[in-house]
Amino acid sequence: MSEPPAIEAEGLVKHFGKTRALAGLDLTVPVGTVYGLLGPNGAGKTTAVRVLATLLAPDGGQARVLGHDVVAQAATVRRTIGLTGQYAALDEYLSGRSNLVMIGQLSRLTAKAARRRADELLASFGLAEAATRAVKTYSGGMRRRLDLAASLIGNPAVLFLDEPTTGLDPSARALMWDIIRDLVAGGTTLLLTTQYLDEADQLAGRVAVIEGGKVIAEGTPAELKASVGGQRIALTLAPGADTQAAISALKPFATGPIIPNDPGLLLEVPVAVADGLATDVLRALDAMGVRVSDIAVRGASLDDVFLTLTGHKAAETNVAAQTAEEKEEEEEAA
Amino acid sequence: MTALTTADLTAADLTTGRGLGAQFASDVWVLTKRSIARIRNEPETLSDVTIQPVLFVLMFAYVFGGAIGVGGGNYREYLIGGMLGMGLAQTAPGTAVAVVSDMSTGLIDRFRSLPMSRAAVLTARTIADLLTQVIGAAVVAAVGLAIGWRIHTGPVEAIEAFALALLFGYAFTWAGVCLGMVLRSPEAAQQTGFIIFLPLTFISSAFVPTQSMPGWLQPVAEWNPMSSLAAACRQLFGNPNPAAAVHAWPAQHAELAVVCWAVAMLAVFAPLAVRLYRGKGR
Repeated sequence: MSEPPAIEAEGLVKHFGKTRALAGLDLTVPVGTVYGLLGPNGAGKTTAVRVLATLLAPDGGQARVLGHDVVAQAATVRRTIGLTGQYAALDEYLSGRSNLVMIGQLSRLTAKAARRRADELLASFGLAEAATRAVKTYSGGMRRRLDLAASLIGNPAVLFLDEPTTGLDPSARALMWDIIRDLVAGGTTLLLTTQYLDEADQLAGRVAVIEGGKVIAEGTPAELKASVGGQRIALTLAPGADTQAAISALKPFATGPIIPNDPGLLLEVPVAVADGLATDVLRALDAMGVRVSDIAVRGASLDDVFLTLTGHKAAETNVAAQTAEEKEEEEEAA
Repeated sequence: MTALTTADLTAADLTTGRGLGAQFASDVWVLTKRSIARIRNEPETLSDVTIQPVLFVLMFAYVFGGAIGVGGGNYREYLIGGMLGMGLAQTAPGTAVAVVSDMSTGLIDRFRSLPMSRAAVLTARTIADLLTQVIGAAVVAAVGLAIGWRIHTGPVEAIEAFALALLFGYAFTWAGVCLGMVLRSPEAAQQTGFIIFLPLTFISSAFVPTQSMPGWLQPVAEWNPMSSLAAACRQLFGNPNPAAAVHAWPAQHAELAVVCWAVAMLAVFAPLAVRLYRGKGR
């Protein structure tokens, strides 16, 4: 018999009043992988995590973590998971170390083991110096790290990270990414929700794009990008070059419209992936007498994927609006 | 950076082999320590059971007391029995505030995602509050002794009175937990607690004998659990107890009435609180 997947969801449905947060969500996350749930605000990412982490019972469908049902065997599931939500789940008045020791003991560690693990994690997360300070004196980045440490103290096999870097500044985000990469290297299965495309691209081995409470696309970031139109060639023409001549030379290669920028010297061409493509493009341009200053071939970004699939751009970092909306979702949940 | 998920936890590091009872006790202890640490870091959270009762005792003893007749007895001796009940019951809004605050942070979600006992979170809260009530009872007794209140019976009766007061206070704590579970903000909990506990305290014999109230109000005050506790404590301390002349059953059987009220409240509010807690997210 083969090992069950780390996370399996079939047709999950969850309503909050009239709002349909999950509308038949299917998901399979193999053991030892990093799986990204990518979607705009209100797509159902947080609700999905709350159901999988046994905090919410689904109205329909079923889900299993390492083969255990999240409703019928919730207690067993809780022994194998760690959860880091969007809001630091810490006691503000306790020190960082006391928080970790407390959560360690509640995760079924002995007091001695909890203290040892707490000190290990504080050291690994660069929090050793702040260990005895009350959490309410911590910066946002420090809280997130302590929160992540807390969800790791019992060595969970499956870890849920709900928007781990929302609201963090770029350096704190980069530090979180490093920590998450280390985790993955240690073999933990990770389900990560994010609304940042570059985050999913950087961290996740596979990505499910969620909208309206269901998965609308699934695959590796490379597969998803390939599915929406291969590559892009970005050209910078030499000053004085004939833009119209360049466009007609590029037409045979293009898989979509060619859009020049205003002065007409920068061109972006969607193309199919092919060997020797850049050489052929340059030869065609040369034959038309168009001189090129710079050429770059890049893959489609997840931004392009998102735009194609959902018809709108992924949310820019509008933290205030997002926080308000997720809060609403939480309240409906409560 | 060192490996973060060192797989170095052995069976000896885990408590999963222990029985359910031992795990429950350990969870309760860990969480009670959390609440006590909070008090140590922010002692002003104790003002409910320290400064407030002192102010009330002094105000009633020196401002209103002279105008209140207690059937010939000394009002300051009469006051302390009522003050014990008020001092302990009024920690319930504080309990509600603490529960709402916990529920509104992510911390409760974390607890609910851990392999720990569901009832432990609430039980620990009530035990920590019971400890603050012990402090409150000591404060009331100390300020009482300072203004001339005395125990005229023996140590057994005195201990019985304090035990009844704490049992009574503990039952109110569970009511406070339920209140915190159904309300959404600490402000709402504070306000609602005030609206419930103010009349509960004042429409009773805590500060004035029920005989001085209008006839239609007297039965309400006589059956108020606060009156039973005040009467039981006065009787056990050997203080003036005008309720002895009241014919209502709770006034005649004050100690039994306190126990009945406390058991009834625990039987209703403790299971209800646990149900509300489990029901979060259902």
